[in-house]
This record gives sequence, structure tokens and C-alpha cells, in this order.
Amino acid sequence: MKSIKKVALAAALVLSLAGVAEARDQIRIVGSSTVYPFSSAVAEEFGATNKQFKSPVVESTGSGGGHKLFYAGVGPDTPDITNSSRRMKVEELETNIKNGVTDVTEAKIGFDGIVIAQNIGNADMDLSLKDLALAVLEEVPVDGKLAPNPYKTWKQLNPALPDRKIVIYGPPATSGTRDAFVEMVVEKFTGKDETFKAVLGKEAASYKKIRQDGPYVPAGENDNLIVQKLTKDTEAVGIFGYSFLAENKDRIKGCTVGGNPPTFENISSGKYPISRALYFYVKDAHIGKIAGLKEYVELFMSEKMIGDAGYLKTIGLIPLPAAEREKVRKDVTGFKKLTAEDLK
Amino acid sequence: MASLFGIDEKKLLRRRRAAETRFRLCAIAALVLAGAFLVFFLFDIGRKGYPAFQQGELLVTVNYTTEAHDNPYAAMDPDTVQIVSRSFTRLIPSMMAENSRLIGTTQEIWVLASADTDQYMKGRPNRLKPRHQALVDTMRQEGKARLAFNWGFFESGDSKLPELAGIRAAAIGSLYVLLITLAISFPVGVMCAVYLEEFAPDNRLTQVIEVNINNLAAIPSILYGLLGLAIFINFMGVARSSALVGGLTLSLMTLPAIIISTRAAIRSIPPSIREAALALGATPLQVVWHHVLPLSLPGILTGTIIGLARAMGETAPLLIVGMMAYIPEAPENFSSAATVLPAQIFTWASDSQRAFSERTAAGILVLLVLLLGMNATAIWLRNKYERKW
Repeated sequence: MKSIKKVALAAALVLSLAGVAEARDQIRIVGSSTVYPFSSAVAEEFGATNKQFKSPVVESTGSGGGHKLFYAGVGPDTPDITNSSRRMKVEELETNIKNGVTDVTEAKIGFDGIVIAQNIGNADMDLSLKDLALAVLEEVPVDGKLAPNPYKTWKQLNPALPDRKIVIYGPPATSGTRDAFVEMVVEKFTGKDETFKAVLGKEAASYKKIRQDGPYVPAGENDNLIVQKLTKDTEAVGIFGYSFLAENKDRIKGCTVGGNPPTFENISSGKYPISRALYFYVKDAHIGKIAGLKEYVELFMSEKMIGDAGYLKTIGLIPLPAAEREKVRKDVTGFKKLTAEDLK
Repeated sequence: MASLFGIDEKKLLRRRRAAETRFRLCAIAALVLAGAFLVFFLFDIGRKGYPAFQQGELLVTVNYTTEAHDNPYAAMDPDTVQIVSRSFTRLIPSMMAENSRLIGTTQEIWVLASADTDQYMKGRPNRLKPRHQALVDTMRQEGKARLAFNWGFFESGDSKLPELAGIRAAAIGSLYVLLITLAISFPVGVMCAVYLEEFAPDNRLTQVIEVNINNLAAIPSILYGLLGLAIFINFMGVARSSALVGGLTLSLMTLPAIIISTRAAIRSIPPSIREAALALGATPLQVVWHHVLPLSLPGILTGTIIGLARAMGETAPLLIVGMMAYIPEAPENFSSAATVLPAQIFTWASDSQRAFSERTAAGILVLLVLLLGMNATAIWLRNKYERKW
């Protein structure tokens, strides 16, 4: 049984050869799946144009998962950068400091719009934040009390809308896009709406339960699947990131929100209301220890990446206004330390 | 004819035959349905994936001027730059830096077309502007644009540029991970099975172990990922995303499958062979090494290959240990970062760029071919070495 002996020998060899947690010569990036395409595009550009550095490894763990890995501490076992589709929370910064990650630099890289899209053959639809919120909420005020959401068609909640069944394919509860949608649409509405305030008082702003009786369909993390569903299901609308609309304009179209179509210009100027800023966070203690980290950050913040004619714009990132970009670039490449004050 | 017990035998017989036919029809219908699903799936993937094996290329004139060294977009005429892949343009400065003789010269070379140009040439949806579409059309007429076999798909690693993205890095990553899985789960699994079948006393403890092994074979694979994260990364300090941690995690998952199939193979060997060997004075160790293992090897190998094939298609546990990531370079050793084929397919499937959809399907085709190859090997081994008693 020589063959078995050989295999056993090989196994022992492999185990002894395999190095454990040595110093890294490669940048490690974790975090948001929304920022992932941009981050990996810069990583690729960095690896391809700088022969002396290896391409950074970019993992898509979700914003929350990324922060968790990031604040674990300082050292080669921990990531150098975490991407985030929301701002770092004050508690997260505190955990960072508690674990020895005292110096963190925040980089705002641009915007991402969340679009409400439908089949290209449908009549145009103009939605307000109110329409959207009423379509997805679990309970709405009826006669001074909260009652299960009665709306089954768009016309029922707003006579100006088409008489179509409400079917919304959207991100599942675990998704950052869902959090952002709830924050920018649902909470914004319930916090300001008089009938909600009358029923819930101060808690109106934090009422954000999404209905589970059918019209809102959590369609998984893959936005391509939602796009495909919209090409077949002409009744439905879908919720996803702007870049997926831009790539599929031959078969789907965006609904206007408050009269503003989800275009590049409208999202950039803030006229289109459902958009969020994207960030990444750098562990300053790793600069100089991890080869290429400083250069990667500088490349990311450069005009040829995040600028108005930058590479990332072609894959769907919406650039910051020029003046803000200039300021952010200065702060980031100077590795300005993030404080709890900044996050408030 | 009068019936024996007052029963109409013919009617009874007819009914029994009808039941027989019904059952057969049901079984055939089930088979046809399963076959139809398979054919539909293969046809759909094949139809979507085959365009990816061709790649648009353009014959362009590149001016290596000093200006192009600072701004590579100046090396070609402004319209051509828009239809050429960025993977070429961005390398112009470094090419000029490495080879100073290029400076001041003009070259006409075949380069990759951008993803949109490539999709336009294949007649698929794209975002090319009408002006650039017209340019591609004229270039095609002049023979300066062609669809060539996409060797790049097998030669390069992951990229954010669909036209450049390939499966090489992921395929090598899969190979590394499988090597580790094999090197660990095969010897450990076979030893466990041999001990349990040949040496262990039949008591409470071994029964508990047996039940647990069968249970472990059925638990969701993501739990092995969590176990791998806790033991190998957090406790033993193995590098995250490395082929080593992926292989270790998958070997945990493959172990029960190998133990179970090895035990079945060992059990199928007639006791008379062991008894004959013992009667001739062989020690129990000799019985195992000289008779039991060689005779059960085909069964063991079949089980191992099928276990490995399952490990090869696995993504969930690898996601937890950080292998679902942008890793464009093939691993250099077992502790460098690696990704695997199914993870690569998953990443492409969730990308917003349309051109990735054909790469996704092509990646699936490659994975299917590899899995088919592994399973065919298992069947071949079994047929070649199987013994009937």
C-alpha cells in the first residue's frame, strides 16, 4: 500500500509547509457589497499599473460584517480597509478605539442612487415618498389606530397612480440597500406624516416595519435576479442600485420620484431623493507597515478614479461635487483622524 | 369459462395489468420530467455561455508619443480609445517605461475590444454610442475587427473588466483547495473507517460515534464554515482567504462522506477472506494492509472522488472563511489568498455589468465539465477494479 503511505506523507508535508499568519505583502479590504465593485476596480487598476505591489484582496462581507472585522484590532491578521455603504456608527468607532484602532481615516467616495424600476413596456409612473412608504409598510393608521396595510393596488393609495397590483421585488432584511431604503423613504415619511404622529407620537419616526403579507417580495441579494423578474413580470416594480438600471436600460426603466427621474445628474445634485453616500475607512496604524496601502488610498481618491470623468463613473459611481471632492481628497490623503464629533 | 371461486379472472387480470401499465407510465413520466429539467438547464447555460468563448479584438494604431506616457488615452485617436479595452490602454505608460525604444514609434497591433464593443459585435445589448457602433462596423468591413477564440478566458484571473476576466486564478485556487482537502480527509477518513470496521469493539461509544458521523454527513455545509472560522482562523491563526484554510474547512465537510463510503466498501468484503488470512497466520494489521484495503480501494476511491466533487462545488463554507473575494492572481503557495471556481461564478453573477452574464454561464460550463470528469473517473475506477464474489 505504497500509495496510501505516499498520501499520508504528502499530507504531513503540506501541513508543515503551510505558514501560519505571517506578515502580509498584500492589502486586505473587507466590507460593503455595494462598494465592492468600485473597490475591486481600484484594486485591479492598482495591481495592473504598479508592478511592485500585489493586487489587494477585496472581500464582500456587507458593511456591518466589514466593521466587525475591521475593529478587531491592529496587526497583519486584521483588514487594512473596510468599505461601507453607510457612515461608521459612533459605537463602532468606540469599539475601534477600545481595541487599539485609535486612528481611523474616513473617505467619502461618492453616491449610490436606489432606483424604483419597472418593465420598459409599462406607462411611466411617478411616485412620492408617501406612495412608496404606504406601499411597503406593515401597518398604517386607519381611523386613529394602526391597522394592517389595506392597500393592494397602487390606485387605492393614490388615485393618480395606475390600477396595478402592488408587487415590489426588493432587497431582503439583511441587505444594506434595504436599510438605506427604509431610512430614506419609510422613516422620512413616518417621521413627518401627521396621521402617523397622531397615532404613534414621538415613535412615529422609528416605525419602519415592512409588510409581510405578499406585496413586498424580498428577492435576495442578487440585483440581476430582480432585473430579470421585471423583464417577465410587467406588473411588478423592483428596488435596487442605480448601476443595474444604467446597464439594463434596454429592458427596464426607472420610476420618477417626486417628479425627478433617477438620472446621473439628479442623483449627483440630490434632486432625486433616494441616494446615499459611500465610504471606506483606513486603519492609519497600517500605513508604512502594509506595502502599497498609502498608494492605494491615493489612487482611489485621485481624479482619474472618483472624478467627473473618472473610471468608477463608468461602472456606476456617482461622483461627489467637485469642491467637496477636493476637500475630502485633502483630508484622506493627509490621513486625518476620525473623531466621534465628526460622526454626530 | 366458469371461474374457480366465482371471480371473473379475466377482469382481475386486466385490472392488474392496467395497474402495472399505470405505474410504468408514472415512472417514465418522472424520468422524462427529470430529463427535461436537465436538458433545459444545460441548453440554457450552453446558449448563454458559448458566446463567452469568443472575444472581440481590434487592430488599432498606437502612437507611443511622449504625451501618451503621461496620458495613455492620447496614444490612439479619440474615438478608437473608446472602443478599446481599458486593460490595454492603462498599460501603455508602463510598457513605454520598460521599453524605451517604443517611444516615438507607431505600431499596429491587435488588442482586446472593450466589453461594450465585444457585446455589440456579438449582437447583444450594449451601451456603445451610435458613433462608435458605426466605427466598429467600418472596422469589421476593413477586417480590423474580429471575433477570435477567447484564450484569455483560460489564461487570466478575475477582473472588473468583463473582457479581461478569466477563470485561471479560480481554477488553480480550486486545485490547491482540493489538494489540501484530499491530503487531509483521505488518510484520516480511511483510518477512521478501518478502525471502526475492523478493530473497534461494538459498544455504546462506537454506536454514538457512528450515529454522529452519519449526522455530520447531512448538516448544512455553512456550519463547517463557521467551525473553520472559529478553529483554523481564530484559534490556530491560519491566514484568512488562504487555500489552506479553505482546504481544511472542506476536509471537515468531506470526512464523513469518505468515512461512510469507506466503511461500506470494507463491509462488502466477505469475512472469509479475513478468516483465511488469519488462519494462515497473518496479524490483524497484515489482514488490513494486505487484503482488506487493496480489495476495498475501488469503493474507497469512488467515495472519495464523489466527496471531493461535492467539495469542489461548495461555496457557503468558503464565504465564511473569506474566499469569496476579489483575488485576481493565482495562489503562489498554500497560505496565499485564493478563490475557487464556484465563488468566482457567484461574484460574476452578482455584477451589474451585462457582459458578465455570458462569463458566468461559461464559468458554470467549465465547472460542469470538471465535475463530470471527476464523476466519470469515479465510475471508471469502480468498473475497472470492482470484484464480484
